[in-house]
Amino acid sequence: MSNGLKQQAFQVRYGLGAVVAVVASLAVGVLVDPNLTFRVSYAVSFVVLAAVGLAIIFGIMGVINLAHGEFILLGAYATTLSAVKGGLPLPLAMGVGALVTALFGLTVERVVISGFVPNWIGRRTVGRDLITPFYDRLADSMVATFGLSLIMTQGARIVFGNSIEQIGVPFGSTAGYPDYRIALVGVAAGVLALVYVLFTQTTFGTRVRATMQDEETAKALGVDTERVYMVTFAIGSGLAGFTGALFAPLLSMQPTLGDQFLVEAFVAVVVGGASVVVGTSLSGLLLGPVDALFSDQFGEFAGRIALLFAAMLALRFLPGGITGVVDRVRDRIEEGS
Amino acid sequence: MTVLALEDVTVGYDTPVLRGIDLAVEEGEIVGVVGKNGVGKTTLLKTAMGLLEPTEGTVTYDGRDVTDDPPDVRAREGIGYIPQGRDIFPGLTVEQNLQMGEHVGGDSDVTRYEEVYDLFPVLEERADQDGGTLSGGQQQMLAIGRALVGDPDLLLLDEPSEGVQPSIVDRISEDIRAINDELRTTVLFVEQNLGVIRTMADRCYAIDRGEIADELTGPELTDEDAIAQYLAV
Repeated sequence: MSNGLKQQAFQVRYGLGAVVAVVASLAVGVLVDPNLTFRVSYAVSFVVLAAVGLAIIFGIMGVINLAHGEFILLGAYATTLSAVKGGLPLPLAMGVGALVTALFGLTVERVVISGFVPNWIGRRTVGRDLITPFYDRLADSMVATFGLSLIMTQGARIVFGNSIEQIGVPFGSTAGYPDYRIALVGVAAGVLALVYVLFTQTTFGTRVRATMQDEETAKALGVDTERVYMVTFAIGSGLAGFTGALFAPLLSMQPTLGDQFLVEAFVAVVVGGASVVVGTSLSGLLLGPVDALFSDQFGEFAGRIALLFAAMLALRFLPGGITGVVDRVRDRIEEGS
Repeated sequence: MTVLALEDVTVGYDTPVLRGIDLAVEEGEIVGVVGKNGVGKTTLLKTAMGLLEPTEGTVTYDGRDVTDDPPDVRAREGIGYIPQGRDIFPGLTVEQNLQMGEHVGGDSDVTRYEEVYDLFPVLEERADQDGGTLSGGQQQMLAIGRALVGDPDLLLLDEPSEGVQPSIVDRISEDIRAINDELRTTVLFVEQNLGVIRTMADRCYAIDRGEIADELTGPELTDEDAIAQYLAV
């Protein structure tokens, strides 16, 4: 068998294996203790949904968006307002939430991250660029987006006050657990699958990965890398907005609601490592249960501490993140065969 | 017809890497640029591709001033670029690497997978394998194939012999000649391997300290000493 086929066979075999293992343990869990199983699965999907947009923007553009929580806030507010004030049915309102955030992200990318707008103005007034793009400048991008997050939080407070009216939670409950939260578990899996297909099975995805691996060569082969970054940031933002939309019925609508997402997302991305789908799903599977079990036993505060402690332990022993371990194991298996 | 022309091109600010370069490549030619390490050969190709902007002078392609066009625009207009060393995408499969070349010469819808696989059968055999797992010579073939897939009118080739074993170097030079003969692709390459220059070039510029020092044609190309003086350390 050629190396290429072996590689593919590896991905299919272990990818499917992992999915089967997760589904099987879910099935056993539901039979033994449905309520606990639902709580843990919900915690996993919370981490995954909180992290996925951040992971895409970080993994592909080398930008850490500290306004990620506020992008989620924007999605949640846009959804709530178009449902409550605009009278839209909830699924449609959620679409609006995701779309509004994607467009907002697009604007932020052009104005702040790529510096396209200020540089366009700069070249026509003082004859030079005003800022350098924030791509691959981790610390700088954190400072800029932290500023943005403050503006957004305070902006929301000034415009909408300290809270807005909330949407009711749809559906009933199973085994004393809300069905809506159970549905979110399926949505999280669906989002991961879509992201996987988009970035590995489409021409757009190939262009994105080429740009990520070698921007200069991609450009020299006719790829408009500026547009790749712009669209990537919009997709990451749109997913953050969609997360906000999904959690809108479950959270009290306050300007600070993004905070709880940012910590989990940030930790999940750091623990997950470079690969968006593999890293995010595995760190969700690791951190979600830790958070859920400790919150269960000792309250939410203890859950948060346990989460951070687990992240510290993970990074102490797996400095390349979970992705690094997966790559090493894969190399070893390939050598062995 | 002149395909590519650099007129009075200077690159770099305080201490220019290239100064007052005048160079023209005619349709169907294979033109070499020779020079020692660090004289600005790669800078010259990157300037032709648009990856570096000249501080002075103009670059014309197909009779049009492209000095301000970014590299992706030039690629879609038909310039194929083969970077130095192993600048393939290591995490994409061989096939995906080749697909990335489809945007080159984007205006024509022609793709040349068949020709590329005929020239380099190993690429077809390993189509599903990650680019990073190929040997040095195979990676060079992949880089050439990738630039050819989109059917470019002009190939810019940066040191095809670098990091490749001698037997493969000969093959690659012959392949480039074949591409030029059969597909009528114009080629501009930079090189410091004497053998490659003599097999491939119809004509040759010598660069020394950032300036064009000489132009070698016909019999001078077979005269080892004439070329070697620009390569000696």
